[in-house]
Amino acid sequence: MELNFPSTPFKTHGGAAVPHRKNTAQKQSVSMPAPSQVVIPMSMHVGAPCVPLVKTGDLVTVGQKIAESPAFVSAPIHATVSGKVSGIKKVMLPGGNYTDAIIIDSDGEMTVSPDVKPPVVNSLQDFLSALKESGLVGLGGAGFPAHVKLNVPKDKKVDTLIINCAECEPYLTPDNREAVENTASVVEGAGIVKKWLGLERCIIAIENNKPDAIAAIKKELEDKEKSQNDTIRVLPLRATYPQGAEKVLIKACTDREVGMGKLPADAGCIVMNITSCAFVADYMRTGMPLVKKRLTVDGSAIKEPMNVVVPIGTKISDVIAFVGTKTEPRKILMGGPMMGMAVPSMEVPILKQNNGLLCFDEKDAHMLEPTACIRCGRCVMGCPMNLMPARLETFSKAKDVDQLIEFDVMNCMECGTCAFNCPAHRPLVQAIRLGKGLVRAKQAADKAKAQKAKEAEGNK
Amino acid sequence: MAEKLIVSSSPHIKAGITTRKIMLDVIIALIPACIASIIYFGWQAAMLLVVSVITCVVAEYICRKVMKRDNTIGDLSAVVTGLLVAMNVPSSLNPFMMMLGDVAAIVVVKQMFGGIGQNFVNPALIGRIILMNSFPGPMSSWTMTNYAIDGATTATPLGIVKMGLSDPLPNYLQMFLGNRGGCLGETCGLALLIGFAYLLIRKVISPVIPLCYIGTAALMSALLGRDVLFDILAGGLLLGAIFMATDYTTSPITIKGQVIYAIGCGVLTILIRKFGALPEGVSYSIIIMNLLVPLIERGTRPRTFGKERAKK
Repeated sequence: MELNFPSTPFKTHGGAAVPHRKNTAQKQSVSMPAPSQVVIPMSMHVGAPCVPLVKTGDLVTVGQKIAESPAFVSAPIHATVSGKVSGIKKVMLPGGNYTDAIIIDSDGEMTVSPDVKPPVVNSLQDFLSALKESGLVGLGGAGFPAHVKLNVPKDKKVDTLIINCAECEPYLTPDNREAVENTASVVEGAGIVKKWLGLERCIIAIENNKPDAIAAIKKELEDKEKSQNDTIRVLPLRATYPQGAEKVLIKACTDREVGMGKLPADAGCIVMNITSCAFVADYMRTGMPLVKKRLTVDGSAIKEPMNVVVPIGTKISDVIAFVGTKTEPRKILMGGPMMGMAVPSMEVPILKQNNGLLCFDEKDAHMLEPTACIRCGRCVMGCPMNLMPARLETFSKAKDVDQLIEFDVMNCMECGTCAFNCPAHRPLVQAIRLGKGLVRAKQAADKAKAQKAKEAEGNK
Repeated sequence: MAEKLIVSSSPHIKAGITTRKIMLDVIIALIPACIASIIYFGWQAAMLLVVSVITCVVAEYICRKVMKRDNTIGDLSAVVTGLLVAMNVPSSLNPFMMMLGDVAAIVVVKQMFGGIGQNFVNPALIGRIILMNSFPGPMSSWTMTNYAIDGATTATPLGIVKMGLSDPLPNYLQMFLGNRGGCLGETCGLALLIGFAYLLIRKVISPVIPLCYIGTAALMSALLGRDVLFDILAGGLLLGAIFMATDYTTSPITIKGQVIYAIGCGVLTILIRKFGALPEGVSYSIIIMNLLVPLIERGTRPRTFGKERAKK
């Protein structure tokens, strides 16, 4: 079989030289003991929210399915501690919106559910159903259900699996630690996905600022059986932001461009986060669904930065209390500093796709006041999607939907490179988000109008 | 406790570049040329530089106050404009005349169009052009440098050629070091190149515009049978290409656009020198190309990632 592995990554456009600040890269992860209470929201994924299967007063065990949805694009939710359901109520998500959540008071035992047993997988269909049952969503931060992503439509020819360990966000190291601490599962998971989807090659893409991760996986892949006859390989990437963004990563690994509004499968690729990939192997071996998550706790308000493995649904306040703070945090981010979300409250729980909890002190919490755009062009030079962020900001402010569409606002992935580089500190990403909202609203309105016109036509 | 947390839109860290730092870098890059002008033209040069900077900053301050807008002198852009206006006048110019150019640059070109980032032409160049048209005599009466060689005249090398004077021309080395007649800041090529290197190292400007501008001018000069090295060193080409044409606000934002813009500047400069009534064409070339920037940008939009291939 003719196989084509790049020895060096392909060229990508723009980007930013963000500081790395990977303070936790060399530290063994620490497991956090079960908190007294977990709050498990019904919406921790892209798609339909789940409906609770348990009610107040029910006893639950670790790994027991407690919520699911009949919708295809959704992922079931499992109990992450053993104990009693003390209530189902509305809670706030990181974005400030509300959703139902199951509250479980832990009994401290962490008793494992009898339902937890390795799935039997004999076909692709079995594999996808097993993935759905595992509750796996994209752990890199997107939260897209894994069984949906891996269910490639028949008409699309996919040949390449890319395992994403770029981890280009500053501070964050959970993927780096996964590669080092759980190396065997990473390679095994890549093999499993590659085998069931019948893919030709698998590229494990790692930024070159993680030499230990690259070395560990390369060593594991020396075994011909594990590397499936050298069809799974490591590709060290340039350490530049946003190397781990899906479209940028595909370009760097394969030189293919994912078209506007298209999916990776249209470019013959499937991209999976490395922790998701290792989870696949772990789940096939043990049957334990997604109940815990490793996250980097770091930032200027944290005493001793570390990677903590926490039960999903643990409140931010509990995690921070476990790790310890230097000063009271004034800004708390879920995710990295480039794309992470500032949470409004410490009561917000850790979700499946969280990979970082950054706590900043007073000084780092404030952003500089914006000044006038000087047209320096740094936003244009840096944009990995080749957009013109300063123009988009102007159009967004003017609510000029036609121009926003003309300048491809929807292709922005909000990586923040433009705003990071901006000497005038313009809130470019914020403006572009609003612009995207305007475009979506217009498209929805147009659709409704067309629908109405069609109905009127039908009534004649 | 919960209400104390600060919420803002991502990204939450910045590269730490500010407009002020960029302007400060430009000022630092202009220092070698300032020193050269003081060496060659003495205290008058120093006086003009200081007066020009103060006039620009005060004009900006008063203008913002009158227009009831927040104060922007802290971004140091007025200092840069002040230095550049002074660098574009002869050392014998009456400082009160120069102040008119300063005020025109800051008030009319910059602030009346909305302040920093909104001027559609280079303020310092408009300042120079207003002075040239208001005071053509004083603006073209040159003084000798302090180290003038025997037989040197006060005319600029380009002027000598244009008017067919019989004065001896300085040699290339003299011109490169700045020992020739001319405006304050334009004479010393060496000092300007040091500033250029500094701007490149600090990544304040990309080399695209200066290199394309000077390269095109050299090519045009050769095509028209002129002395290429003389054309590069004799007038304000280096000052214009490095410090004036690269002004962020009035040059295209995209690389492709910058190439077109710089080529346009180069072609026009030599055409004006060869066929125009004036001996020098840098100022007008850059101003004309400034005016074409919106058009150039319209034609050179970068291809959005994934766009063309999606159409296939």
